[in-house]
This record gives sequence, structure tokens and C-alpha cells, in this order.
Amino acid sequence: MSSPAPPSVDLLLELADDELVLGWRDSEWTGIAPFLEEDVAFSSIAQTEIGHARAFYELAAVELGTTADALAFDRSPEEYRSAQLVELRLVRDWGLTIARHWLYETADAIRIAELAGSSSEDVAGLARKIQSEEAYHRMHAQMWADRLAESDEGRSRIVAALAELWPYALGLLDGSQRDRFAEETARLPFFTPPDAEPVERGGHAPDWSPLWDEMTTVRRSAPGSAW
Amino acid sequence: MAVWEVFRQEREGAPFQHGGSLEAPNAAFADAYAREFYGRRAESFALWIVPREAITEVREPYVAPVFDRDYRRVDGYSLKIKLKEARELAGTSKR
Repeated sequence: MSSPAPPSVDLLLELADDELVLGWRDSEWTGIAPFLEEDVAFSSIAQTEIGHARAFYELAAVELGTTADALAFDRSPEEYRSAQLVELRLVRDWGLTIARHWLYETADAIRIAELAGSSSEDVAGLARKIQSEEAYHRMHAQMWADRLAESDEGRSRIVAALAELWPYALGLLDGSQRDRFAEETARLPFFTPPDAEPVERGGHAPDWSPLWDEMTTVRRSAPGSAW
Repeated sequence: MAVWEVFRQEREGAPFQHGGSLEAPNAAFADAYAREFYGRRAESFALWIVPREAITEVREPYVAPVFDRDYRRVDGYSLKIKLKEARELAGTSKR
């Protein structure tokens, strides 16, 4: 197999933006997760995602002659390349949150595995490091999905949540990766992905603008400051 | 929700020592939380994750010391005085 070309800056920004925005959304559970242990674990996962975002922004920043912070916080809301799945504000609904977590981690594993075979050693090395942390995220997502599916009410809610988010989740991946993604749902025996039109990148969810506002508010309060 | 006790091994071959406890609904959750709390920063080589109810606790686990048999305890053999005398003899007494 020949090595694929290094990822484009656009792809690096997609990955970085997805991780940053999901990290933010997951961090909205800090302090209000269902129980203390989960609060610590989910907050930690949120932090890890933001760490991955930082690493992708740094790679993109070298290409673009800027900094990771400038990419993360100084762009206008329309310039972000995040998928709508990560932009949705799901706080208060743990079932939807776990559905997104499972779908995101499963899709992410597919694209990160491709990056691990990149001809760019920087990208491949970063992808391998990320894989080791994402393995924990997948284990966490799977155990929660299985747990919620143990009761009748839980199963109907997690199945409805997965079906609702499936079109958004498809938007995380390239067309060529989506069949593989659908096959991975076999690990959720209670769920069959619906036929649905993918929600593609480019547009943004209505929840995105208020989040962007919050995320960048301190940075915008003192433009150009050294922190 | 059950309580699980977590024991950490810092290095390969080192004894496992109690790290703390956590609450989790089943073994998979206990595994995930134990890794998160005790393994995330590579501070452990291995973990033992034990449901608290699997632990047998004995309280006041002594055999009643009816007779004075202090000499059978390790700390019964006091070397302090002998050591002091030996040091004085050798001229290496501690100040």
C-alpha cells in the first residue's frame, strides 16, 4: 500500500475544530454529570479532546504561518470547519450525550487510523499518540451505551438518540469512510443506522453561534494581548 | 452502585498498595474509572480492582495475649542498649 499524501490544512482544521468544539460541549457536563466518578471521567475526556485540538492546530499553524491560539479563537464563526454533530448543545440529556460520544469516537477512530498511515511523520506520530488516548474514550463510550441499553426505557432512549444523531455523525467523515462507519455500528446490536441524508460540513448548527461567542469572549475582550 | 477498592502497583514487581475506592455500577465502569483515577498519568504499572464486598475484614485480629510473651514479638528484642554500648566501645557514639 502506498502512503497517502499528507493531509491538507483543511483536513487538519476539520479535525482540530471538531475536537475543540466537542471538548467544549463535553465540558458543559462538569459539575452536573450523573454521579461524581462520571463527572471526573467525562471532564477528563473533554480535556483530552481539547489537547488533541491543540496538537492539530499546531500542525495547521505551521502550514499557515500563524499560532494554534489564533486558529482556535481568532477566526469568525463561519470560518470554523467543525461538523454540526459536535456543535449541538446536548446538556441535560445524558442519552443524547452518550449517543454523540459513541458515534464521534467510532467515526474518529476511522479517520485517525487513516492518518496513522500518513507519509508525514509529524501527522502519523500524532495520530498514533491520539489513538492510544482515544482507545480509552471508545471503551468509555461503549460501556455507557451498553449500560443504557440494559433497561427498556434506557434502550428506547439510546436507540432514538443514535437515530436522531446518525445524519449528523455521517458528516464527520468523507463519503468513502461512511460504509465502514455503518459496519462499526454492529457493536451496538440494538441499533440499526437509518437511511438518512448526511448533514455535511460547511453549514453550522444554530447552537454554534452562542458557543463561539462564549468560547472567544475572553480572547476578544483584550485583542492582541499576550496571556 | 457498588463500592470498589483499587490497589496500585507503582513498578513491575512492587507490592500492590491501596490507592482508594470508587463507586461504579458494574465491573466495566469500575475498570474505566480506576484507569482514569489511577492510571491516566502513567503513575501505575498495574491495578487490582476489587469489589469491597469480596474483601474479608477481621477486626481486632489478635490471639488474646493472656501471658506476657513480649519476647516473641520482633520489637521484643531491643538492640538499643546493646548498640549504644557497642558504639561507645568502638568510639563511634552518636552525639
